Amino acid sequence: MNLHELLDELFPDGHEVGCDDEVLVGSGRVKGREVAVIGTAGHAAIGIEIALNLAAAVLQVIESHPGRPILMLVDTQGQRLGRRDELLGINGYLAHLAKCLEMARQRGHRLISLVYAEAVSGGFLSFGMMADEIHTLQETQVRVMNLPAMARITKIPLERLEELSIDSPAFAPGIDNFFKLGGVESVWSTPLSEHLEAALTRKAGADTRSRLGLDRKGRVLAYPVARRVCTERV
Amino acid sequence: MTTTSCRTTGQSYYESNALKRITSLLDPGSFHEIIRPEEKISSPHLRILGQPCSFNDGIIVGAGRLAGKKVLIAGQEGGFMGGAVGEVHGAKLTGLLQRATEEGPDGVLLLLESGGVRLHEANAGLIAVSEIIRSVLAARVAGVPVIGLIGGVYGCFGGMGIVARCCNALIISEEGRMGLSGPEVIETTMGVEEFDASDRALVWRTVGGKHRYLIGEVQRLVDDDVAAFRAAAIELLNDPRPLSLEELQKEHGMLSDRLKSCGSAYDAIDIWHTMGIAEPETLPLLDTAAFHKAVQHVYRGAA
Amino acid sequence: MEQLEYEFDGAGSLRQSGPAVLVGVVSSGNLEVLVESAELGGRGRIVVNTSVRGFGEIWQAVLTDFAGRHNLANLLISINDAGATPAVVSLRLDQAAEEFYRGEP
Repeated sequence: MNLHELLDELFPDGHEVGCDDEVLVGSGRVKGREVAVIGTAGHAAIGIEIALNLAAAVLQVIESHPGRPILMLVDTQGQRLGRRDELLGINGYLAHLAKCLEMARQRGHRLISLVYAEAVSGGFLSFGMMADEIHTLQETQVRVMNLPAMARITKIPLERLEELSIDSPAFAPGIDNFFKLGGVESVWSTPLSEHLEAALTRKAGADTRSRLGLDRKGRVLAYPVARRVCTERV
Repeated sequence: MTTTSCRTTGQSYYESNALKRITSLLDPGSFHEIIRPEEKISSPHLRILGQPCSFNDGIIVGAGRLAGKKVLIAGQEGGFMGGAVGEVHGAKLTGLLQRATEEGPDGVLLLLESGGVRLHEANAGLIAVSEIIRSVLAARVAGVPVIGLIGGVYGCFGGMGIVARCCNALIISEEGRMGLSGPEVIETTMGVEEFDASDRALVWRTVGGKHRYLIGEVQRLVDDDVAAFRAAAIELLNDPRPLSLEELQKEHGMLSDRLKSCGSAYDAIDIWHTMGIAEPETLPLLDTAAFHKAVQHVYRGAA
Repeated sequence: MEQLEYEFDGAGSLRQSGPAVLVGVVSSGNLEVLVESAELGGRGRIVVNTSVRGFGEIWQAVLTDFAGRHNLANLLISINDAGATPAVVSLRLDQAAEEFYRGEP
């Protein structure tokens, strides 16, 4: 599904979304409701310019359209790697983006992420993963690192990693693994507008991913450990 | 608010381990660890992969007092897998920050030393870092100042570099390093001509404490001394800045300006020169006090 | 990984009741040692998790030596090892025992 088809599917009542230097900004309508659209395209590597443009788009929605829900369309190969981005403090730019999204949430904007192509590491962390709900399309890629690279770095044989990844969702790429860990809430299929509409009617709440990871048996310690640290008497 | 002077007492922050840093930063005897190591809650994923585990999964969390004020504190142990974040490690940090949101202490101190996501449990680690980011911001929204301290051997990189810049304020030493992709990662992926990770001077002036301070990424640059970190943390606790739209707009302006004025720079020296520092190439050689003196006329603060 | 377990006779004293202590870090060539009191009928137990297989006899020698220097009655000592040399192991064990007896880190 290309981007145009995706937007048509999501917003049968119409949409105006522009793409400038891999950054998507615009809006669409679903069941009479106006939704802001912010995202990236072309497997964007998130560098400081893109991070700043995404943050500007978020601030713009907060300022001009108080409370308007934001659909975050995710397609990123990760953060841009380079000396110049590090020199300028790329981590601060990505943190700024995350803070702007948190501000939107605090001011009543629903944040819904949809991974429609690729979602990798730092680019995903500072944008898509900040949403109240993270969904994916089928046939998309969510990962930190592929297994051959992991085998090289950890010096664990690739065959062994492949074998262990059958039972463990903790390290191998894939939507199913992120689903089991609670990092992906659900996988959307057509008609997409119905999923979007349903998501928009739900209320934002606290971060429930560790609870999901426990219920789905992919991340059984995160929830109880965090709860203990949170509540234990000292 | 530019300089933090402090007598040197000789306990290097850089060389201390996480527990030592925590106990010497806080008021003596005030630290209580939550989830003690004898419970042996370590990473189930490392065990499956046949890798060595640690009884605290590389992080110590708990409560204590700083100059009498009630604080929550976490220290990442860089010696264990470079302080990398896995499921349990991340959950301890997230739980501590959630506690801050519920309990409302006078502040949270994060002793950050991490290469980011632990690749042996990369998916769980990435989600864990995302949970940390959200819980840092939730604590700030609840009005609890979150202060990051960076001065360890492994620096603060990857997702934890993002976490650091989500804090209210950061304290760094010259030895401290902060960024997103570490020099080794860039060299391995992009080639040695992009970033020579063995060139220590280049590494330090690109991601080191002085540069981070100069471009407004951190609030305090201190000596590599636990007492200096402590003094700066006490000061910053008294200056909480809640997350507000106005602050973010200001930050947006500052980050846009930096991109405009320094976006074509390729070396920190170019940036320092643009800032108006007369002999930028001498900055790396100065001790902290001399450095503060040399830059005070151009330093514009941090956002 | 390999798990090894050793038991030693204690010197009969039952005074061990202080808080557990953890010393050392699991980094390459290093190890962490956790000392805690446990009801072991006057004996001491040492559990070693090591990343390097096949050194059971050397562990036995180093730990027997250690047991000769300290009273291990009702002590449970747990070790996570990332390939430390016998000298480093001895040093950490002594450090851990001293801190445990002193009652604070």
